[in-house]
Amino acid sequence: MNKFTIPLVAFIVLVALLAVGLTLNPREVPSPLVGKPAPDFNVPQLHDPNLSFSPREMAGKVWLLNVWASWCVSCREEHPILVAFAKTDAAVPIVGLNYKDKRDDGLRWLARFGDPYHLSAFDADGRVGINYGVYGVPETYLIDKAGTIRFKQIGPVTPAVLEKKILPLVKELNK
Amino acid sequence: MKLLLALLATLCLVHPALAKEAAPLAEDPVVEQRLIHIAEELRCLVCQNESLAGSRAELAMDLKREVRDLIKEGKSDAEVKDFLVSRYGDFVLYRPQVKPTTYLLWAGPFVLLLVGIALLVNFLRRRNQQVAETPLSEAEKKRAEALLKEGQS
Repeated sequence: MNKFTIPLVAFIVLVALLAVGLTLNPREVPSPLVGKPAPDFNVPQLHDPNLSFSPREMAGKVWLLNVWASWCVSCREEHPILVAFAKTDAAVPIVGLNYKDKRDDGLRWLARFGDPYHLSAFDADGRVGINYGVYGVPETYLIDKAGTIRFKQIGPVTPAVLEKKILPLVKELNK
Repeated sequence: MKLLLALLATLCLVHPALAKEAAPLAEDPVVEQRLIHIAEELRCLVCQNESLAGSRAELAMDLKREVRDLIKEGKSDAEVKDFLVSRYGDFVLYRPQVKPTTYLLWAGPFVLLLVGIALLVNFLRRRNQQVAETPLSEAEKKRAEALLKEGQS
C-alpha cells in the first residue's frame, strides 16, 4: 500500500461529502408536519368575508392547500401552472390561502391572472400560516382524504414537481 | 381660590401627558425579557443566520407576537420552543436537542478527536519501535568512536 493511499481516500471522501452538500438547498427546511394531521383553522373567505372556511370541509377529498399572496413574486411564476392544472382532468381541488395580504389586492390579483382555486381562505394576520409552518410563500400542501398532510412543496410548484411528485401521489391517494 | 382652581386644572391637563411619557416601551417588561431570552435561542427562518430576537423580518415579528402570547398564557420556555419545533422542525433551535437523530451531531467531534488520538498513539509507537530496532552494529560503533576521538584531538 502506497503511503499516499489513506490521505487520498480521505480527501476523496471529503470532496464527495462537500459535493453532496453543495447540491442541497439550505433554504429548504424539511417540514415536521408531513405525515401529521393538517392543523385545523377557521378563517373568512377572500371573496366573501361572511363565509368561512375550515379544512374539515374537505374531508374525504384529496386536495391541495396553496399559500399565496399578491405581494409574492414567486407566486406569479407559479400561478399559470396552477391555472393550467386546475383545468386538466387530473386536477384536484386547490384551496388558496391568501397569506398576509390586503383583500382588495388579493382579489385584483385573481381577476388579473386567473383563479384556479376552489375557494381562497383569507389569513390576514398570518396565524394559519404559522400553524402550517409557512416561512416563505408560495408553499403548497397535499392533504389526503383523512386530512393528513402527505407532501409539502416549499417554493413555487413547477411542472416537474407537479408531474413527478404531486400527480403520482394524488393517484395513489385517490385509489 | 380662582387661582388655585386654575392651578388644579392645569395639573389635570399635565397629568395624562406625563403618564403617557412614563409608559414603558414594551407593554410588559417581564414578558419582553423572557421573549428576548427565548428568541435568542431560536433561528429566524427568513434570514437563517439571524436569531428571532434580532430579526426584523415580517415572519419574525409574527412569531415574536405568537411567543409573546404564549408567555402571557403562562407557558414555560420549553413549551414555547416545542410550539415552534412542531411547526418548523428542529432547525429553528440553535442548540439542537439530544436525541437519536442528533447523536452523531453531538458526539461526532469527540469521536473524531478519539480517532485522532488513536492514530497519533499508533504512529508514535511504531516510530519508537523503528528507532529501537536499528541499533549500531559493532563495526559502526568502532567507526563512530574513531570519529569522535578524531574530533577531540
